[in-house]
Amino acid sequence: MAKILLHGTEAICEGAIRNGCRAFFGYPITPQNEVPEYMSVNMPKVGGVFVQAESEVAAINMVYGAAGAGVRAMTSSSSPGISLKQEGISYISCARIPCVIVNVMRAGPGLGGILPAQGDYFQATKGGGHGDYHLIVLAPCSAQEACDLTYLAFDLSDKYRVPAMILADGMIGQIMEPVELPPMRPLSDIPKKDWATDGGYGKDRRVLNSLIIKAEELEPHVNALQKTYDEIAANEQRCEEYMIKDAEIVITAYGTVARICKSAAKTLRKEGIKAGVIRPVTLFPFPSKAYERAAEKAEAFLTVELSLGQMVEDVRLAVNGKKPVSFYGRTGGNVMDEEEIVRAAKSALARAREGK
Amino acid sequence: MIRILLAGQGGQGVLSAGKMLAESGLWEGKEVSYLPAYGPEMRGGTANCSVIISDEEIASPLCNNPDVLIAMNGPSFHKFAPRVRSGGIVIVNGSLSDCYAGRDDISVYDIAANDIAMQAGDIRSANNVILGALCQITHIVKDKSIINCLNEKFVGKPALMEINARAFELGKAAVESGGER
Repeated sequence: MAKILLHGTEAICEGAIRNGCRAFFGYPITPQNEVPEYMSVNMPKVGGVFVQAESEVAAINMVYGAAGAGVRAMTSSSSPGISLKQEGISYISCARIPCVIVNVMRAGPGLGGILPAQGDYFQATKGGGHGDYHLIVLAPCSAQEACDLTYLAFDLSDKYRVPAMILADGMIGQIMEPVELPPMRPLSDIPKKDWATDGGYGKDRRVLNSLIIKAEELEPHVNALQKTYDEIAANEQRCEEYMIKDAEIVITAYGTVARICKSAAKTLRKEGIKAGVIRPVTLFPFPSKAYERAAEKAEAFLTVELSLGQMVEDVRLAVNGKKPVSFYGRTGGNVMDEEEIVRAAKSALARAREGK
Repeated sequence: MIRILLAGQGGQGVLSAGKMLAESGLWEGKEVSYLPAYGPEMRGGTANCSVIISDEEIASPLCNNPDVLIAMNGPSFHKFAPRVRSGGIVIVNGSLSDCYAGRDDISVYDIAANDIAMQAGDIRSANNVILGALCQITHIVKDKSIINCLNEKFVGKPALMEINARAFELGKAAVESGGER
């Protein structure tokens, strides 16, 4: 199939629709308004449901209901809106209902600004709402990946019965790039859900619930969830390794920022410094194994984020003190350029060599 | 690889010109990326976009030091001209800006896009005047690809199509008649 020029947001929608998403519930917020806009036009075309809800809280609870009935359902928002959805996300996680939540991150905290940021890493990967739970978190770096990872998110979410989040920075929301779309998957091809409350009268009674009042019942439930997260961590770590083999300095970033890091790594190599890039594709599970391997050879790590240092904590845990891990970040909607990363990488390497 | 930064005011067609460039590049089988940056206003705020057209995979989608700057007004010209890479090209809308960049290592083309657009029949075609000039100077995409994009955009609106195609041609001619400063 020929490539077409698509917005990152449109690519997200196509990835969803082509993997059987037939229910979308949203509430407007910049910079992701193109997601509901596109869905409002295209959901009816495939016999799906589009509802502009009265609030973010309503939208996530509509996802709770639709996905509970076995439909592949999605909602989308940006940082402040995702905060509002957290109660629902926690409930959905406890009830073990698969669904996809898209967060096109903007600059925070608070109402913040509408420009790109990556300040929601902790919220996305460490739970976000209350209680012991995680989401599967995927971070696209291009319009193509925005499509492919959303497609994948529905399959992973169904497989583990854990909600999945697409964590995209604002640039993914606005960039236009050529995308090769996957073929439309027939609904009959999607595995049946033997737990869904889909009106199967006369069969086993099915209950989806997030209220488990007895301590002796809640603990095994939470333990079972944890077992699933461990399984996900063992099976689903994904990352891109770029010029890592002989790298002295490993630059690491996710999303669009990783692409700027790749350009910086190329520049560093031209100047005789062997630089490589690790780009986590899954943020939960964090691709620790790649960092463990890289820490054997590299002299230093540099984590680059559009935040003041969130993923860097997971990088430090994975590197586990074997090599120094530096950090460089920008906030407020400002995006670092290649030269800033080149400078930060040089200074990180110099500090490591001085043993500081 | 060529990195083009298009900058101006919301409503001047900066973003649609950038999108047409990217689409033209894609039509010619190249790797492209289009990254807009604009304020919440529909008109009047700042609007700019980075377009990259390349034969290889595009890593960074940013154009902090563009090869080509298209400045649709004075503030954009003075803000971004210092960032153009040495040896680069600046096309400035002379109807709304002076063309003194304060450096001599770049080529500045002064194209009176608004005046030429009015001559073409509609001031809103100023962006296509500039695209005409860009194609004439850099040959980054073929004229035919841009005309294809215009045809797609103005399908069912032959009068507008004619004006914009004329604007594109007049933009090309403006380079020939000594736009370079």
